[in-house]
Amino acid sequence: MTNQISPLLQSVEFDAEGFMTDPNAWTPEIGSAIAQALGITLTDRHWLVINFARQEFAATGQPPTLRKITKSTPVDTKEIYQLFPGGPAKTAARIAGLGKPTGCI
Amino acid sequence: MSLPNFPNLGGNGNSHRKLCLIASKGSLDMAYPPLILANAARMSGIETHVFFTFWGLDIITKSKNKHLRVATVGNPNMHPWFHIPTLLGALPGMSAAASWMMRREIAKLDFPPVDEFVQVIMDSGACVYGCKMSMDMMKLTKQDLVDGAEVLGAMEFLEIADGAQTLFI
Repeated sequence: MTNQISPLLQSVEFDAEGFMTDPNAWTPEIGSAIAQALGITLTDRHWLVINFARQEFAATGQPPTLRKITKSTPVDTKEIYQLFPGGPAKTAARIAGLGKPTGCI
Repeated sequence: MSLPNFPNLGGNGNSHRKLCLIASKGSLDMAYPPLILANAARMSGIETHVFFTFWGLDIITKSKNKHLRVATVGNPNMHPWFHIPTLLGALPGMSAAASWMMRREIAKLDFPPVDEFVQVIMDSGACVYGCKMSMDMMKLTKQDLVDGAEVLGAMEFLEIADGAQTLFI
């Protein structure tokens, strides 16, 4: 892969599927670096999703479902699939430093 | 440059996967499995096609998909909290009441109603098809289906399903 990988990620622990093992170690800079490594340049619309996911995780201990995100933020289903190509549930959770989402929706 | 502790770079490794679902049943309870699987597949980045045939067509028929019902007669699997003996299930209004309860329980889990769920999977990029033969039999045209649904014959669907994991529901 030719995507740029920031040295910032050198010290970050990931599990076998690429999710951060410690969500509390996440910073917005690490989020940007993960996105960059995945070939995504983060915009304000991405941050709406990422910040909401972080908030929900802080409140519930779980990454939010995609439905919760599309119902609670101005980002709708079509847009979230454009923002996070290749599977928004996993991609957004990876960038937000959260574990693999387990919700069915 | 790559880091040993940052696997699956540049994608999630699912881009080659393709799922084809055949939805053949149109009761409220059986409408959800294909929709949930299609949505989960898209959320995971899997290419998804859903072929609605026979009673399953009701799921994507605009005039019907808001009013799908669960059967209260001949259904041995009704959950205890709305268990209805078969003879009572035949009474007028029983199916409507059970369907109302099931809709309420589904909404509690934050799953969308069927018509909205169909829109969600289409927005997520799943391809939705109505079975041509079933549509002819039920006197339906493309205009009766949700916007964006295509009409396909079985052979064409099988061409699309080439190389896919295919489930008949």
